[in-house]
Amino acid sequence: MMVEEKSSMTWSCPRPREGAAYITIAHGGGGLMTQRLIQQIFLQAYGNDALAAMNDAAVLSLEGSDRVAVSTDSFVVRPLEFPGGDIGVLAVHGTVNDLAMMGATPKYLTAGFILEEGLELRVLERIVKSMADAAREAGVQIVAGDTKVVERGHGDGVFINTTGIGVYHDMAAPGAASVEEGDCILLSGDIGRHGLAVMAVRENLTDSLGFASDTCNLAPVVADMRAAGVELHWMRDLTRGGLSSAVNELAAAVGCGMRLREIAIPVHPEVQGLCELLGLDPLYVANEGRFILLTPAAHVDTALTVLEKHRADEYAAPCLIGQIEMQQPSRVILESSIGVDRILDMMSGEQLPRIC
Amino acid sequence: MKYLEEYRDRALVDKLVAKIHQSATRRHTLMEVCGGQTHAILRFGIDALLEKTVTLVHGPGCPVCVTPVAMIDQAIALAQMPDVVLCTFGDMMRVPGSRQSLLEARAQGGQVRMVYSPLDAVKLAQADPTKQYVFFAVGFETTAPANALAVYQADQQGISNFAILSTHVLVRPAMETILKHPDCRIEGFLAAGHVCTITGYAGYEALCEQYKTPIVVTGFEPVDILSGVLHCVEQLEAGVASVQNAYTRSVQREGNQQAWRLVETVFEVTDQEWRGMGTIPRSGLRLRSRYGAHDAAQRFEIPTPEPAAANPCRAAEVLQGFITPHECPAFGVSCTPEAPLGAPMVSSEGACAAYYRYRRTEALNTEG
Repeated sequence: MMVEEKSSMTWSCPRPREGAAYITIAHGGGGLMTQRLIQQIFLQAYGNDALAAMNDAAVLSLEGSDRVAVSTDSFVVRPLEFPGGDIGVLAVHGTVNDLAMMGATPKYLTAGFILEEGLELRVLERIVKSMADAAREAGVQIVAGDTKVVERGHGDGVFINTTGIGVYHDMAAPGAASVEEGDCILLSGDIGRHGLAVMAVRENLTDSLGFASDTCNLAPVVADMRAAGVELHWMRDLTRGGLSSAVNELAAAVGCGMRLREIAIPVHPEVQGLCELLGLDPLYVANEGRFILLTPAAHVDTALTVLEKHRADEYAAPCLIGQIEMQQPSRVILESSIGVDRILDMMSGEQLPRIC
Repeated sequence: MKYLEEYRDRALVDKLVAKIHQSATRRHTLMEVCGGQTHAILRFGIDALLEKTVTLVHGPGCPVCVTPVAMIDQAIALAQMPDVVLCTFGDMMRVPGSRQSLLEARAQGGQVRMVYSPLDAVKLAQADPTKQYVFFAVGFETTAPANALAVYQADQQGISNFAILSTHVLVRPAMETILKHPDCRIEGFLAAGHVCTITGYAGYEALCEQYKTPIVVTGFEPVDILSGVLHCVEQLEAGVASVQNAYTRSVQREGNQQAWRLVETVFEVTDQEWRGMGTIPRSGLRLRSRYGAHDAAQRFEIPTPEPAAANPCRAAEVLQGFITPHECPAFGVSCTPEAPLGAPMVSSEGACAAYYRYRRTEALNTEG
């Protein structure tokens, strides 16, 4: 430290000040600044043996399991922080949930960061801390990482990529091939909170906002479901594209039809209100902590009991929203709230608010 | 949710449908003017409920759909100019111009910002005097007051780097054009509730009188729409034609006079081209010369685009209620929301998009 203080007075081309409150290009240079960033921010938050060894690769043990589940996801969100979470929390939950949807138990994560020059270090610290907290709560270790810095204007503050590794359980392998005629479609809670929480920040509507993002770790509820003996024929977490994307993906994967009842799909009243205000349809709005699961009729009550135990609040009631119709062509029919059938289509691009 | 659920109440809906069926001694053809109503009708399946007695024909009230191709080309040309940022409502982004859409122009480096209000564009202009901010001012009477306010505020506050590219349309002249057409089969109108919130409905009285056509101011929820239909059917059965208000929680006869005064301060009535329908006399709004400094058409030398190539899209007939989207040969084949040929396939108020999104079953059945 002393050496640098002295030298900064004599060098004609000063190095960036190490105590800077912002990410600079030097943080991505691979030199001392990069090392400090890794040591002081990332290692401190994520600390574990695999990471602390600072080797080129982490060596992991998976409890003797010979099959692993792997999933990767990249996270870009503006604003970086929103009611109920931030990009760091999403980067853990998103990948952990993808593993959980395969019935796997999440064990390890890697984390790649692309930082934009000018990002406030305290913001990065908050994001990294909430990521570490979310990982700890989910019982996963962040065992490898990478950091790059791009010039100002070439990123949106922070982009994060996480890859997750989990133990795969053959017994509980849900997938398109397991889906059967009459399977019931359960939804784990109300829809649209995450997308609207993010939108509320963008549109300056957060004053007295009565809900937050639904982001959460879904692995525990899936584990409980397995423990209770619920047959899991198919699961999918609702993310971008909302409920409509998930059910349409299901219809395409299985090649079957299905019928949903709009009236059964819960929406928080404030989410509904904001959707009306912004011209959005909650069926297409993003979620980060809800999923649908397919199970035979005989297992519905048990599944709902387990889901009920994990329910977040009074508006997040798990519910039976529809049934699989194997003989029907591959599309989703939604019975509207006034009792007429229509198609529930996938969004073709982003949902663009209408004019009036 | 209050003010919403009661207007989607199934028991009330069933009651209204039964009443409409009882009242109608023959089939009636009504036009819902606004694209927002079209979407609600298809989203909730209201037309299916009325199948036995009422044909609902979809009207021209989709601001995105009636905006001329040349205006979209001009907006794109502005977005491509150095130091100009084009601000627009989201709905406009995917509408095809003659060569590309604003979304495609943005991907190729054009400066396009999506905003929820023209006042957001004024704020952007104020915060960044190094660039020119142009708001793409499209829409019916509903959006005119906010656009007028944006120009008025920018003018008052000396925000000289804010302008609008104006292509405003007025709904009443379009309704008259439809009524005048020799093939017109519309017996009654469900007038656009949001437009009437601003303009009131006194202006419809002469039209109703002249063409002996019932006009019922109608809202956007199932119960609103069915109430509008019931009023229309009752008038037609009784052989009378009057202007009625079935959207009283939002609309008064005189409208929002303060808002309209502001519109008249900033804008004046002009002849206006409608996409697919040609030029309709006195059916648009342009900035008064007093506000010329905020008129993008005057401020910038916008290149005149070449006319668009021939296109199988029959949007013009869809917009005037002569055909339903299904009847267009391009529907769902060469024209989809991902690759639209016409604006009604893009907009969340466009009839083709509504059919594609909620009713593709019928098209699939006829294919199969």
